[in-house]
Amino acid sequence: MSAHSNYRELFDTAKRGGAKDWLPHLKIAAIEQFEAVGFPTTRDEDWHFTSVTPIAERTFRPARSSGTTLTAEDIARFTYGQEDWHLLVFVNGRYEPALSSFATLDAEVQVMTFGEALKEAPELLAERLGTLAPAQQAFTALNTAFMADGVVIHVPKGVALEAPIHILYVTDAQASGASLHPRTLVIAERSAQATLIETFTTLGGGAYFTNHVAEVVVGDNARVDHYKVQREGAEAFHVGTTQATQGRDSIYHAFTFTTGAQLSRTNVYSKLLGTNAEVRLNGLYSLEEAQHADNQTFVEHIAPACSSREVYKGILDGSSHGVFNGKVYVDPQAQQTDGKQTNHTLLIGDAARVDTKPQLEIFADDVKCTHGATVGRLDELAQFYMKSRGIGAERTRALLTYAFAAEVLELIELEPLKLALEGLLFERFIPPEPV
Amino acid sequence: MSSQIESLVNKEYQYGFVTDIESDAIPPGLTEETVRQISTRKNEPQWLLDWRLKAFKRWQSMTEPRWPNVTYGVIDYQAQTYYSAPKSVKPLQSLDEVDPELLKTYEKLGISLNEQKRLSGVAVDAIFDSVSVGTTMKEELKKHGVIFCSFGEAVLEHPELVQKYLGSVVPYSDNFFAALNSAVFSDGSFVYIPKGVRCPLELSTYFRINAADTGQFERTLIVADEGASVSYLEGCTAPKRSTNQLHAAVVEIVALDNAQVKYSTVQNWYAGDKDGVGGIYNFVTKRGKAFTNSKISWTQVETGSAITWKYPSVILQGDNSTGEFYSVAVVNNKQQADTGTKMIHIGKNTKSTIISKGISAGHGQNSYRGQVKVLPKATGARNYTQCDSMLIGNQCGAHTFPYIEVGNNTATLEHEASTSKIGEDQIFYCKQRGLNAEHAISLIVAGFCKEVFKELPMEFALEAQQLLGISLEGSVG
Repeated sequence: MSAHSNYRELFDTAKRGGAKDWLPHLKIAAIEQFEAVGFPTTRDEDWHFTSVTPIAERTFRPARSSGTTLTAEDIARFTYGQEDWHLLVFVNGRYEPALSSFATLDAEVQVMTFGEALKEAPELLAERLGTLAPAQQAFTALNTAFMADGVVIHVPKGVALEAPIHILYVTDAQASGASLHPRTLVIAERSAQATLIETFTTLGGGAYFTNHVAEVVVGDNARVDHYKVQREGAEAFHVGTTQATQGRDSIYHAFTFTTGAQLSRTNVYSKLLGTNAEVRLNGLYSLEEAQHADNQTFVEHIAPACSSREVYKGILDGSSHGVFNGKVYVDPQAQQTDGKQTNHTLLIGDAARVDTKPQLEIFADDVKCTHGATVGRLDELAQFYMKSRGIGAERTRALLTYAFAAEVLELIELEPLKLALEGLLFERFIPPEPV
Repeated sequence: MSSQIESLVNKEYQYGFVTDIESDAIPPGLTEETVRQISTRKNEPQWLLDWRLKAFKRWQSMTEPRWPNVTYGVIDYQAQTYYSAPKSVKPLQSLDEVDPELLKTYEKLGISLNEQKRLSGVAVDAIFDSVSVGTTMKEELKKHGVIFCSFGEAVLEHPELVQKYLGSVVPYSDNFFAALNSAVFSDGSFVYIPKGVRCPLELSTYFRINAADTGQFERTLIVADEGASVSYLEGCTAPKRSTNQLHAAVVEIVALDNAQVKYSTVQNWYAGDKDGVGGIYNFVTKRGKAFTNSKISWTQVETGSAITWKYPSVILQGDNSTGEFYSVAVVNNKQQADTGTKMIHIGKNTKSTIISKGISAGHGQNSYRGQVKVLPKATGARNYTQCDSMLIGNQCGAHTFPYIEVGNNTATLEHEASTSKIGEDQIFYCKQRGLNAEHAISLIVAGFCKEVFKELPMEFALEAQQLLGISLEGSVG
């Protein structure tokens, strides 16, 4: 029996409302779409370098929602020490109010779990959910079919949310062999501002599969900063898709930090629909052993006079395999587009491999678009210089590697997060100084 | 100002005339019998017929690739004529016997087959539809042991060389169009440069499609033995016709240890009219294999064809081998081009350079598609890639699809791409220095293409300059 029909069976056994209601309707359409397209193969251009066979050959049952034994102490290490941030904790895909904490929210700002949103703002949900994410893609369809819980954030016109919202997805041993399909919907109305951090991690979760979808609406003159920290377990699988749409004069800044999962794929897509909008998509992937991480970005310049900036860096150790595919599309109407994209990969491991594919598709003439990609090892000159200053070879390599990665972290504007991620890298690359 | 740009890029196609000459053609259609007939007409040995039939069988099981970023209608492979030769071509003792009508055609194209009026230092093999009508300067080349003749002649006179290298770089099963070519290829040029010989002349092949509804399926094989070097040029034109004609060629280059091969193309097949009616479908497989310390360099100026699908590649097999690709691709009106290169690094310390310049005008769609692959054992591989696109007008498109695949941690790769239009400020500056807009644009385009044009042999640089309709004086290095 194929994995597709297994998911159909799992879908059919789940309880849901009548097909007339919009949500079950959406889900049924999604499972049908999933059945029609199936899991992508390496024959699909978008998945040429990433085989999802390890995911497709198993059937991950939807995670069960039994009570968790995790305590606030257990998860403290994932909260970046920020008590004034709004924190929503999901354990094995299920919201845990006991572990979550809400600092006082502006009365008009809505931060809801899916269940709450269905009760409190059903119109909003019905109107927006599933309208952004590329429903034709298999993993998005699978998420829509199985999404059980998630977060809805609605920031009204002109409101600037002061404290960042941190959504922490953590799994424990119960999640082994299970699939999680969390969903995020962010709506920032005109001139609104919000910062969102999504962290994916585990406490002994084993081989589970996270399939996350986020939809972000950035209204005119609004700004959303969206950080994704993917530190899944070593045996885990992670597929994530973020789709943003941007209005006039808006700013969307996404940063993707990837160190986890044996196999991961992270898509960050933005559609620039209003003039003068700005998008920045940055990322860092640091892999070791036999990890495989695939980052895909897609910027669609639909409106004129928008700018896009992308910097992705990768450090590949062991026999890890990194993939980067950055697409920039410029519509015939999108004159005065200013696009710049770079991807730099450092190969450390003897058997490490990288496949990078920056891509430009340009249909307008008054544009300025560039991309650059480099693959290489540490600069010999820099190493020589360090040596001449009396620093040992091993430490030189460690410092230069760390510096290579830290450079892209500088693009993170949320100071505590930047420091925390720098700390993680420091631990990873810099051995303690010999006494 | 934009009208001036338009008039520059809308130069009339001046090679669109038809030569009225009787031809001997195999009726349209493609079956095993067609393949046998082609082979019979060319008096081929059994091994070559067998090879063709294997290719034909393979081709039948393949499907036409549709992944390139071009759109075109269905090609009816049974409506094509696969072999057409001017009737008057018989084995000739000397060029004096060539049909004067044919000689006139080549004069009109600016290629003199008459050795008295030869271009100094260039030997030409002229190919008319499916056969070679003559090769110049053979005697001079013979003195140095260089073999330069039509492919058909090579099969009969140097079968051991052809058999050894045919299909060694592009196997018949390589891709749909290579398989088709392997089954039905008619003529082409064969070059062999013996050990240690530096070819004293530039070698050149001129391809001309004349007959209607005829495909051209030539096959070129260039072998540079150890320490040899050669520079080879290729030019192509076709009459204006309102139907699309198919051109599916294969070029194989073998550069043995310490050899150097430079291959330059000026491709100016008929591109169709401004509404995209007619024109050549140019589906070409070009590949070279570079052995130890050898170097293969591709330079191409692509201005013709309705559809271009072409990726001159280098397999860097030997240690310290070098591959280069310099390209200018121009699309105008409804032309579409999906072109680029592949550099496969297998040997140690292999180096490759890619410089690609795309110019899109009118409704043209221009794609750069390139692959740089470093295999796990290719220690110390080095690549530099630069692909720039220029857009003229707001109806055209420029696309870049680079694939960078690295499996060795000592490799160093750099890739840069940019897309821009001719800056108003650049034109303003030139005008302010007393140049008119037309000159300014010429100058800017010339500067944009300079890195590629400087790689072309002098004669071709001149032709390339005319093709772009742009003065390059003073900027061709």
